[in-house]
Amino acid sequence: MKILVCIKQVADLESRFVVPDGATWFAETDLAFRINEYDEFAIEAAVQIKTALGEGEITVVSLGPARASDGLKKALAMGADQAVHLLDEQGPVKDSWQVAQGIADWAKPEGFDLVLTGMQSQDRGSGQVSIFLSELLELNSVSCAVGLDAEASLLKVERELEGGLRAMVEVSTPALVSCQLGLNTPRYPTLPNIMKAKKKPFETIEVGDLKPNGQDVQWMGAPTSAGAAELIEGDLASQVAKVVSVLKEKNLVG
Amino acid sequence: MKTLVIGEVVQGKLAETFSELLGFSAALGAETSGLILGDTTDRPSFSGTLYVAPGAEYAPKAHKTVVLEAIEKEQPDVVVLMHSAFGWDLAPRIAAASGGQQLSEVIGFEGGVYRQSCCNGKLQRKIKPGAGLCVVTLQAGAFAASTAEGTPSEVALEQSVDSAVKLTGYKQKPPADVDLTKAEKIVSAGRGIGKPENLEMIQALATALGAELGSSRPVVDAGWIDAAHQVGSTGSTVTPKLYMACGISGAVQHLAGMKKSELIIAVNKDKDAPIGEVAQYLVVADLLEFVPALTEALK
Repeated sequence: MKILVCIKQVADLESRFVVPDGATWFAETDLAFRINEYDEFAIEAAVQIKTALGEGEITVVSLGPARASDGLKKALAMGADQAVHLLDEQGPVKDSWQVAQGIADWAKPEGFDLVLTGMQSQDRGSGQVSIFLSELLELNSVSCAVGLDAEASLLKVERELEGGLRAMVEVSTPALVSCQLGLNTPRYPTLPNIMKAKKKPFETIEVGDLKPNGQDVQWMGAPTSAGAAELIEGDLASQVAKVVSVLKEKNLVG
Repeated sequence: MKTLVIGEVVQGKLAETFSELLGFSAALGAETSGLILGDTTDRPSFSGTLYVAPGAEYAPKAHKTVVLEAIEKEQPDVVVLMHSAFGWDLAPRIAAASGGQQLSEVIGFEGGVYRQSCCNGKLQRKIKPGAGLCVVTLQAGAFAASTAEGTPSEVALEQSVDSAVKLTGYKQKPPADVDLTKAEKIVSAGRGIGKPENLEMIQALATALGAELGSSRPVVDAGWIDAAHQVGSTGSTVTPKLYMACGISGAVQHLAGMKKSELIIAVNKDKDAPIGEVAQYLVVADLLEFVPALTEALK
């Protein structure tokens, strides 16, 4: 089985983001980056499926600037067999349609049986690339998997719906499945696997022109927060006293 | 301006969020047509055409085909779905067939420009759609539900059977011993507690307050607490008198489940944590110190 995992390198979401005046993306200086959390579940799912089937080849791909190679190396250390870096320094500001085209243009001739990816990115959170990619590759696809059972030609997917309900879906391969948080427990790469990863095939391809979808990002910035929280700072004792007084005021405690 | 709004059916019921789709359309002053995908006897109230396509409740290819048919007939400018598991799955498929213009989880629309939230709510973007069809998904609760009346005129459309992707059934979450939707007070634990052993201190605070114990998604995913305690769009939506969020950053999905609580007090080391957008108070502290201290003071 030829398995493709698509990942994205994103900034650590605990960071403070600063958008320079007139810019449409935040400044990346001094930020730490990591694999998009949703994509980690996809990498783990691929490795588990390959183990369960006793065969398979996992390619991990990422479309992005130079720093995206770090995520690819970690994916190799988690168990992917080879990596492809679709190099695009403008990756973070390309629209989802462009990103999906970039991946599809490379992936189409490869003939993957199963494509796995996170259902959305932690930074833009649009959840579009996965489905756009499946449409461009003409693959059956199911989004938002919290359960995934793969046989060679049939996938059993549990989709997470609102309110804790789950939908059971069967889909025949070739197919794409996008992964939701909690699908599995992504493994930490062991040191031996990190060393082995250095020897695995790693290809870098420069991305060509990608047709944009015509949307114009006019502005990006901090929300104008109406009603932001009152901060309770200071020493512990005074913080506790303040909260107790708020609770008493609202008759929530005696 | 013409919109085509698409309603989802789950277990034979039309999702109530259809009224938010209508509300969005009304806010735009748009001529509205609707489409329901799946078998249901429920009907929304509005003036306009309602296409009804009985059949599977989840069938990506078949649904896409029906939507494109309705688009062909109605020629809308905007196709609108909720940003739900149904909507975020179907919307890009529709957009892919028409130039890739899709905007997810829209929170506002002013002067022809859409507003979206990103980076876990820390940033927002304003996006002007290009020419051609735009497919948008709406954040739940971002647009007021329509209170319009009226009986739409119905047109039947046929849903073909999707042989490659089959919905075989649903799984309910098992009945829980705790019903957070009935709780007057909730103290919730988030990823910030660091390790499962620290749940005890959150529970101790909950007990001291006479509150139920809640949690954010990562704590459930890590297996530290049962899913019955999860607050959020895929867990319980709660409206207690008091909601204390301990070590919860405030992901959009969590906020959706608790932002209507009467009094929200957050405890977080990060004073910029998005939970601050909905909380009245944010205690900037290490919860491992603050929580036991507060519990002690309440005794």
